[in-house]
Amino acid sequence: MSVSDQEELAAATPAAAAATPVTVAELRASREALHFARRNRKLLLGAGVVLAFLVVAAVGPLLTDHGPNEYVGPPAQRPSADWWFGTTMFGQDVFAQFAHGLRSTFLVGLLGGGLAAVIGMTIGFTAGYRGGITDEVLNMVTNVVLVIPTLAVLLIIATYLRVRGVVPEAIFIAAFSWPWVARAIRAQTFSLRSRDFVDLARLSGAGGARIVFREIAPNMSSYLFMTFILLFGGAVLTAAMLDFIGLGPTDGMSLGLMMNNAVLWSALPLGMWWWFVPPGLGITMIVGALYIMNVGLDEVFNPKLREL
Amino acid sequence: MSLRVDNLKVWYRTLRGEVRALDGVSFTVADGELVGLAGESGCGKSTLGKSLIRLDGRMRHVDGTVELDGKELPIGDSERMNAFRFKEVSIIPQYAMSAMNPTRRIGRLVAELLESRGVRPDGVRDELLRRLELVGLAPEVLDRYPIELSGGMKQRMVMVISTLLNPSLLIADEVTSALDVSTQKAVAETLVSFRDRHYVKSTLFITHDLSLVYQIADSIIVMYAGRLAERAPTDTLVTTPRHPYTRMLLSALPEVGVRYGDRRLTGIPGSPPSLLDPPAGCRFRDRCPLAFDKCVEQPPFVEVAPDHQVACWKAF
Amino acid sequence: MLTLEGVSKTYRVGTFGGRELVAVRDVDLQVAPGEVIALIGESGSGKSTIGRMVLRLTGVSGGRITFDGVDITGFKGKGLRDYYAKVQGVFQDPFSSYNPIFKAERALELLRQTYFAGLDGRRWRDKVEASLDAVRLDPGQVLGKYPHQLSGGQLQRLLVARALLLDIRLLVADEIISMLDASTRIDVLNLLGDLKARGLGILFITHDLSLGNYISDRAVILRQGEVVEEGPVERVFGQPQHPYTRSLLASVPQLHRRWDRTGRDREPAGEGGG
Repeated sequence: MSVSDQEELAAATPAAAAATPVTVAELRASREALHFARRNRKLLLGAGVVLAFLVVAAVGPLLTDHGPNEYVGPPAQRPSADWWFGTTMFGQDVFAQFAHGLRSTFLVGLLGGGLAAVIGMTIGFTAGYRGGITDEVLNMVTNVVLVIPTLAVLLIIATYLRVRGVVPEAIFIAAFSWPWVARAIRAQTFSLRSRDFVDLARLSGAGGARIVFREIAPNMSSYLFMTFILLFGGAVLTAAMLDFIGLGPTDGMSLGLMMNNAVLWSALPLGMWWWFVPPGLGITMIVGALYIMNVGLDEVFNPKLREL
Repeated sequence: MSLRVDNLKVWYRTLRGEVRALDGVSFTVADGELVGLAGESGCGKSTLGKSLIRLDGRMRHVDGTVELDGKELPIGDSERMNAFRFKEVSIIPQYAMSAMNPTRRIGRLVAELLESRGVRPDGVRDELLRRLELVGLAPEVLDRYPIELSGGMKQRMVMVISTLLNPSLLIADEVTSALDVSTQKAVAETLVSFRDRHYVKSTLFITHDLSLVYQIADSIIVMYAGRLAERAPTDTLVTTPRHPYTRMLLSALPEVGVRYGDRRLTGIPGSPPSLLDPPAGCRFRDRCPLAFDKCVEQPPFVEVAPDHQVACWKAF
Repeated sequence: MLTLEGVSKTYRVGTFGGRELVAVRDVDLQVAPGEVIALIGESGSGKSTIGRMVLRLTGVSGGRITFDGVDITGFKGKGLRDYYAKVQGVFQDPFSSYNPIFKAERALELLRQTYFAGLDGRRWRDKVEASLDAVRLDPGQVLGKYPHQLSGGQLQRLLVARALLLDIRLLVADEIISMLDASTRIDVLNLLGDLKARGLGILFITHDLSLGNYISDRAVILRQGEVVEEGPVERVFGQPQHPYTRSLLASVPQLHRRWDRTGRDREPAGEGGG
């Protein structure tokens, strides 16, 4: 059992093997998880949808030789062979806008969601594991951030920053969406921390950080992933909203901006459904697919659910 | 005959099939008798207790009848059982301490319970106070919330509530498991006093603790893997057990006075069979040192001595 | 080997930590090498707290705990790891002691990282199998399985096997068999007896006097955080001096001996009323 696994370990991670070696049991656990992951329909379906959109985001802009804002065609055209998603009121290619917008959407979701996840998890784990005064202080910080009126702050920032990009938008979203993550993770960490297996890990000479990363976090892995998915989706939605009301990036294209323009130029009364349906459907489908993935992941991660 | 159970079969529906928790159980409990139902986890004793009052929706009554005071109990029908619950058959469930609604004052809880059974609370108030005094609870406890009482006090309160309408049959399901030794004794003795004062007619005391059941029961039934193994008056069972399982179980109990150096006790190797697909014949066969070829046939639960019944080919 | 001198533990409770709860009050205790001490008490007696303090899982509010003469409260880092190579613990709930998402043997693997990092695969496997053998577990039955696939008795024995991987001198057994069935309990208890015969000291924490009696040399009776009686087990159980010990012994249900009820000894052949 162990000899061949040791060799595999050494071959795979020569440097890491010298550092804190991953236990054989953990490696097995992740390989088994992969095995079950490949068979879970919800996970595959959700991942498939997200991947499809990702491909469009990556490849789409390359298929068009014009930018999203260029006036390339006759205005208000229905979808056709020339213009797959039709054109806007001004003759811009809706598909090009959609593809570029997807890129921006994924970027803001990943960056904003990821950053919020990192902040929230760090604060949540620290507060939950350490308790005491550390917990009190971090709780206070969490509550303060929770209470700040996000929109007001954004308006003030918007006044000062004439030019805004996607990255600042992502950072801004991240800075205000982590509190619930910290709260939730703190609560879970509290309850897991009092379980005997944490004590046993301490009796095995493990330090605080190792316990959090190797014992507590893996126990919550599906929860952590779900958190990231929610943050990703939340960031996408928040960005769409900000773009929709004109507080988004000053350059570039995003799905929210598309919907903003569509409304501004009366796409709905005029029946130009191809202008606002793709971005709206895009956002809905991406976020929805992420949620379905999460349900599937719970089954993958929890050995007890597997046998059933 | 106060209680008569005849070939009772109760199975559980699960995702993996039907768990045959009770597979053909027959016994009687006389008027005023306190019977101890002993066994290890998974033997079906809790299922038996709950099936007599039909408290668990996943149970499926497959076969057999239950008669209380000559009337057949509709244990397959939860709606019809409602008429019997609390008045004729009552249960003190496991973890009774969490059985009281934490958002209600206890007095109000009792009043609502009585009203739901068509009994006017004022009519029994005096009796209720008398019984509270009997178990050592002050009348003020009725104005308190459950959270203000200690574990032992809650347990006693639940016991009073369950027996308030003088049921014919009281089922006490592991009522002493989570208690300290001194509270355990008080609770067990309270059960006896309820019987002595005729608050209840017959009691079924379900537990895994043989030494505890020895203290208060008139007779003991030992269960294994969904079937009855042995039944005898308490002293007989403890001094002259006939079923190999009972014998091995008794010899696995450490007592004050027995030391590892003097007499080494032994456990029972192996574990009980899965009840999803139980083996044919005697279910103790795989772990029994006395097993022989006849054991592939299920031994009947028959009387080998006055009031002493065993299900083992070697016992007769 | 292990000495507790005037050890206390106080918790701050209530809003803003205004009130104090004294869990352990001024406890003196000693465990000699190869000795089994039964720490007996009901709920709230502080026995588990003492176990946790000895295992350095909870801090000490007052007094000293020394192991081989060295104060253990100051240990951290390497000092603490060396301490854990000599003192280990097993807890009450076998299912809570394992991380449910990993296989059961990970509990042993965790030790490998800290204490046996240099050991190659085959030597580690031999060591594990020797340990499993000492607790009479079949490697084929327990290795490669998840905790929920094993029984409580197997899990507890696996935890003892884990403790035996290190050459420990003291095992803190906190109610380790109270959640097991009667037929498996005695097996684990016998195992502890065997280990004691091989020189292991055990701090056996329990609320059940009959269990305490079976393998212990000395008994310490705790009540609400204080030691009320202690001494050789035959003496404490045979001629209890303290009224609490006496009432405890009188309340323990035992086979072949009925509780003394209302001052009368009930005759063995007596029947209940009807």
